[in-house]
Amino acid sequence: MAKITLDNLRHSYMPNPQGPEDWALKEMSQALEDGGAYALLGPSGCGKTTLLNLISGLLRPTQGRILFDDADVSGMTPEQRNIAQVFQFPVIYDTMTVYDNLAFPLRNRGVPAGEVDKRVKEVGEMLDLGHMLKKRASGLTADGKQKISLGRGLVRSDVNVIMFDEPLTVIDPHLKWVLRSKLKELHHRIKRTMIYVTHDQTEALTFADRVVVMNNGEVVQVGTPVELFERPAHTFVGHFIGSPGMNVLPCSIDGGRVGFFGQAVATAGAIQAAEDNGRMELGVRPEFIRFDTSGIPVEIVKAADVGRFRIVETQHRDHRIKLLVPEGQPVPSGPAHVRFDPKHTHVYRDGWLVN
Amino acid sequence: MYKQLNQKAWFLVAPVVALVAFNAIIPLMTVVNFSVQETFGDNMFFWSGVTWFEQVLNSDRFHDALLRQILFTAIILLIEVPLGLIVALSMPRKGPWVSVCLVTMALPLLIPWNVVGAMWNIFALPEIGLMGKGLRSLGLDFNYTRQPMTAWFTVVLMDVWHWTSLVVLLCYAGLVSIPNDYYQAAKIDGASAWSVFRYIQLPKLKRVLTIAILLRFMDSFMIYTEVVVLTGGGPGNSTTFLSIDLVKMALGQFDLGPAAAMSLIYFLIILLLSWLFYTVMTRNEAQ
Amino acid sequence: MRKRSIIPAVYILFLMLPIYWLVTMSFKTTNEILGGFTPWPVNFTVDNYLKIFTDSTWYSGYINSLTFVIANTILSVVVALPAAYAFSRYRFLGDKHLFFWLLTNRMAPPAVFALPFLQLYSAVGLFDTPWAVALAHTLFNVPLAVWILEGFMSGVPKELDETAYVDGYPFWRFFLKIFIPTIAAGIGVACFFCFMFSWVELLLAKTLTSVAAKPIVATMTRTASTSGYELGLLAAAGTLTIVPGAFVIYFVRNYIAKGFALGRV
Repeated sequence: MAKITLDNLRHSYMPNPQGPEDWALKEMSQALEDGGAYALLGPSGCGKTTLLNLISGLLRPTQGRILFDDADVSGMTPEQRNIAQVFQFPVIYDTMTVYDNLAFPLRNRGVPAGEVDKRVKEVGEMLDLGHMLKKRASGLTADGKQKISLGRGLVRSDVNVIMFDEPLTVIDPHLKWVLRSKLKELHHRIKRTMIYVTHDQTEALTFADRVVVMNNGEVVQVGTPVELFERPAHTFVGHFIGSPGMNVLPCSIDGGRVGFFGQAVATAGAIQAAEDNGRMELGVRPEFIRFDTSGIPVEIVKAADVGRFRIVETQHRDHRIKLLVPEGQPVPSGPAHVRFDPKHTHVYRDGWLVN
Repeated sequence: MYKQLNQKAWFLVAPVVALVAFNAIIPLMTVVNFSVQETFGDNMFFWSGVTWFEQVLNSDRFHDALLRQILFTAIILLIEVPLGLIVALSMPRKGPWVSVCLVTMALPLLIPWNVVGAMWNIFALPEIGLMGKGLRSLGLDFNYTRQPMTAWFTVVLMDVWHWTSLVVLLCYAGLVSIPNDYYQAAKIDGASAWSVFRYIQLPKLKRVLTIAILLRFMDSFMIYTEVVVLTGGGPGNSTTFLSIDLVKMALGQFDLGPAAAMSLIYFLIILLLSWLFYTVMTRNEAQ
Repeated sequence: MRKRSIIPAVYILFLMLPIYWLVTMSFKTTNEILGGFTPWPVNFTVDNYLKIFTDSTWYSGYINSLTFVIANTILSVVVALPAAYAFSRYRFLGDKHLFFWLLTNRMAPPAVFALPFLQLYSAVGLFDTPWAVALAHTLFNVPLAVWILEGFMSGVPKELDETAYVDGYPFWRFFLKIFIPTIAAGIGVACFFCFMFSWVELLLAKTLTSVAAKPIVATMTRTASTSGYELGLLAAAGTLTIVPGAFVIYFVRNYIAKGFALGRV
């Protein structure tokens, strides 16, 4: 168990990185608290797996340091770092039984047989594998195999961190949920630092206490699921998290007042006059827009019923504005007006949240 | 993959069946025909029953050739399979050297078999060949045209030279198809290099190793050209393997009856042993 | 890592030594070869090669060899393609037995078939033509080609076929226009192996020809035995037989290993 500190970390797969596009992971510093459940979330190629492999030691960083507690582990092998990892495709030792698979990491480290037996049985119980310890691992289904890979991390009582690299990719949809709750439950029980890499926001938001959102090799925001939802630090986070994503609309700043095509818009936090440069945008989630008798005039384009609410797509000039209308409330027909909730309307300059 | 039942598929395989049947069944019938008849020339044939089979099965000449054949196949399998595996394991996985290795290693496989024999013939010549001269200058009494032991040594070395690359290529193909995650997981689990080999690489290579052993078994059991060109089966009969003996009998002495009987026995031995190998190697998969 | 690369390096050195000696020999005069041991040509000569390129008994051997090898490769792959498709996509009466029977022919020693082939091809009037050898070599090349192609075809999802049929393609048009381009790599590998096994075979090629269609490998054996010790000439001819193989390997180097690993056992 350890606190993980990433200090000015940067990585490139090229021998001589030149421009910013050569860096798979742009410079970042971050501290991950001991015993926390973290998720690295982002689209394919955003650098999340690179970051994961840097922490596990499968890659050496081009620049910067990684500390476990206060010890610099940047130059250490994965084995020396004492970590565990569950891969996207289940990795099991085909010729061994489930028991031997779980015992493998302990035996490699010369743990006495009695202790091995105790730990393996304990972990087997924890993962509901107890009744099949004698079976050949190759005969199990994908979720069983994935449990074994997880179990090989859990048997070692001293691992610093357990990492998951999109572990549910090959699991059947109805079992994904089961395995996810199992993970959450395990985290509560053993309080080990866990890092979960995924491109699926549901997986990230349900598993993690804190989510690290990444895009184009850089960390865009670190926060709790609620923070990501209510105060996206970047329009990318607004888009990527939430379904449907945040509305991003052009706006003008005039002496600290925010305008949307001539309409004054109230926002959370004041805007300084000096900040009126760059590409200015408004961001507001569909959840925080409602129909009103006055406000921004819109035309209704279409409405989709998704159960407990309806997603209504409206249009002001060329700009689409989506909003959610709870079940039971009417959707006006013809021209209408919408109003943004000031507390949840944010201003972005060049994509980044102002204030 | 689920396959659809479709009897019309026979039309698609018909050309292959016709071609192979023409080449396999008619000659095989000829051989069977010869094996149960006796001839005194002029196309006069007499029924002889299983006489030829008895004669071949009881002849010392056949026993000796069979024994030599089994010994030879066993030796080259014991050398080529581990050696090929070791070379494949130590080959680079990526980079410019991969192509260099693959091309140079595959080269012996593409050389006509009699050229292989001729090449080793001049390579091993005691006074003027690089290997012969080299070994003699080390003080060894090396002359493969006179001494059975050195003849065997040369023949085995030639076969290792000729065919180990096949094992290398097969194992290499198997190795590069193992996902990288397995090696990473093993690193994290603290596995030693031996454990990685024993629990990851070897199990994943089982299929290609089965193919390699089967191919090497069949082809070494049928070896003819290279040895004939190199030693002519000599000195004496010391390197006369089954095929060589068979050709001597059939084309050299025109003993068609015994040759045909021997052909059939020979073919059956290969089929039987291949089947045995295959069954043993794949037995565990059913469990 | 550095230490490990010693093994392939030593192995390649071992593979190259006999080839080096063959090539060296081909540039020596007969007198130098028989005169004693010289590690490289002292009296460098290309006479051996000149003789091969000017003497028709020599160079026609190459032409004959290439003729039957190419004919055999095309024939084997063309008949194997539909059969491999049938094995990879359909079940039919006796399919497993048929597949096994085909493979048993790969286990048939050519020595067993030498004499019956001589009679068979004499009887049908093909003796001493490249066709006899091309047809005879299909005995082991067709099963091999079916085996390799079946492996590649099984890797192509069946949905490809179904989509094409739904789109209204008749079988042959689908097969030629869509399926064959899809498994082009597999066809390349199959061609490579057919070429290889036909090119290296001597026993049947020699038995089924006498004068008109004599392949280069047979020319070499007869030269060696009749004209005594013309080792330089033999070495030059041998060196030249390596060239086509080297060319072929270079073009398919990325597929060689793959082709063998595929296919079912």
